[in-house]
Amino acid sequence: MSWFEKLLPSKIRTEGVRKKNVPEGLWTKCTACSAILYKVELERNLEVCPKCNHHMRIGARQRLASFLDPEPQTEIGAELEPVDALKFRDSKKYKDRISQAQKATDEKDALIVMKGQLKAMPVVAAAFEFKFMGGSMGSVVGERFVRAVQAAIEDNAPLICFSASGGARMQEALFSLMQMAKTSAALAELQEKRIPYISVMTDPTMGGVSASLAMLGDINVAEPGALIGFAGPRVIQQTVRETLPEGFQRSEFLLEHGALDMIVDRREMRDRLAGLLAKLTRRSAA
Amino acid sequence: MKLNYLDFEQPIAELEEKIEELRHVGSDAEINISEEIARLEGKSRSLTESIFSSLNAWQIAQMARHPLRPYSLDYLERCFTEFDELHGDRVYSDDPAIVGGLARLDGQPVVVIGQQKGRDTKEKIRRNFGMPRPEGYRKARRLMEMAERFQLPLITLIDTPGAYPGIGAEERGQSEAIARNLAVMSQLRTPIICTVIGEGGSGGALAIGVGDRVMMLSYSTYSVISPEGCASILWKSAEKAKDAAEALGITSKRLFELGLVDKVIDEPLGGAHRDPDAMAGNLRQALCAALDELRGLSTPELLRQRQEKIMAFGQFTSRAK
Repeated sequence: MSWFEKLLPSKIRTEGVRKKNVPEGLWTKCTACSAILYKVELERNLEVCPKCNHHMRIGARQRLASFLDPEPQTEIGAELEPVDALKFRDSKKYKDRISQAQKATDEKDALIVMKGQLKAMPVVAAAFEFKFMGGSMGSVVGERFVRAVQAAIEDNAPLICFSASGGARMQEALFSLMQMAKTSAALAELQEKRIPYISVMTDPTMGGVSASLAMLGDINVAEPGALIGFAGPRVIQQTVRETLPEGFQRSEFLLEHGALDMIVDRREMRDRLAGLLAKLTRRSAA
Repeated sequence: MKLNYLDFEQPIAELEEKIEELRHVGSDAEINISEEIARLEGKSRSLTESIFSSLNAWQIAQMARHPLRPYSLDYLERCFTEFDELHGDRVYSDDPAIVGGLARLDGQPVVVIGQQKGRDTKEKIRRNFGMPRPEGYRKARRLMEMAERFQLPLITLIDTPGAYPGIGAEERGQSEAIARNLAVMSQLRTPIICTVIGEGGSGGALAIGVGDRVMMLSYSTYSVISPEGCASILWKSAEKAKDAAEALGITSKRLFELGLVDKVIDEPLGGAHRDPDAMAGNLRQALCAALDELRGLSTPELLRQRQEKIMAFGQFTSRAK
């Protein structure tokens, strides 16, 4: 480090440098069956418990890296950053919540979009980062999603979105609600252009995200056991004052009630989606 | 007329009570007290003016939910003629929390869709407190598509605490029903004018709220979450609803300043319920003016402008890398 760099406050010095995830330990516990799992192996298994097949949450980058071909990959909309237009303040300032989330995740906001290939087929893929304020949808998420749609139209490439979100971002108030209209309107354009869109709902996909971009797939897919719904189970329980049915709002429940086309294991996601998209785009079998 | 005064209207209520008493005395006493009554009435009016000139967001939320506030059917009766209500989603049932059908506005045929609350207990339950289920949104979609097919302008009246959070609603795809409407409205090949007449409760409101013009009555609210809901999540206490209402900026004035709403429609002094006819007059005028503006546009131009409007929603920065 040069003498000049040493003079800079640490905040400036570390900017732009990607923080490495320091492993806390080598072992972790399955959140469903409590089996003790070797972290490296779990990661290799795409965060799916090898003992009980429970699908744990997976980060947006890891998701996209495991889904797309390694090369080529170009990120879309990375330059967009959230602003606190309303000077929103609850028990904490929104501004502080943003910077906290940015530090914790090393992301600027809760949606990552990549242009790339799926088994050599050009695609655009988006994934929600649930660790960024619960994957909540604010203006940046909405805009990045729209840019994903625009890129798909431009390249005549199918769009895939992996959602994991608690819903709209309250701190952006009505701006966040309007992202539901914005993302849905963009998808309506995509549909006009007859470009396929596969929505993959992962745990959890709720509220404003569920009631907009997530439910509008030409094909709606979910991972096993994901919580998917409009209202949260607690709100429903408080409203209806009766016990919720077994498995309520889980993927299997939604499949049974006709909201989904299929449930796909994360480890088969690449193969299954590539097959579906090849048929929808009338490509020959791989 | 009993006006169900809200807390912050108590000084007005007391004054009005005094006037009422005087009137009572006046009718059987010899002394002429009409001058005194006129003086007090003047005082009541200026008191109302002063109280209503500085309502905070939480007080406006109370106004938007006022038990006497005019609902969709009240406006259908007053702003429109020849309303034929149409029922059912053709799939599952008819949802009384959303009313809709054909009507005339200033003689011109239109399709109207509105969320409907109930006035008395029985009606409130029948209307599910204005909280639509998926079948309500699907009925709305059917009517939207009909409006497009027959080239009729679509007018929506928004007044809901939110989409119903129930077991059946989830089973029948509440999310899909809302999402589909958003997509359909964005591409509907006919003019759409949306007006928030009371509560604009989140996705449940937006599901009939995507259009070429979005207007709000001055004491209506529009929000991503109810102030109570927001307070209990972010402040961990529903008591903080007043702070949440302020922070969320749910009022017509604030949302107009932010560019999220195109027009604010004035309410009569003391709110829409004090003079529903005058309110309906203002609403009709605003609807006609908006329709006139849109009628001149070709369909591709209408759709282009709508898409541009929707795509402009959001505030963020773009940092060159």
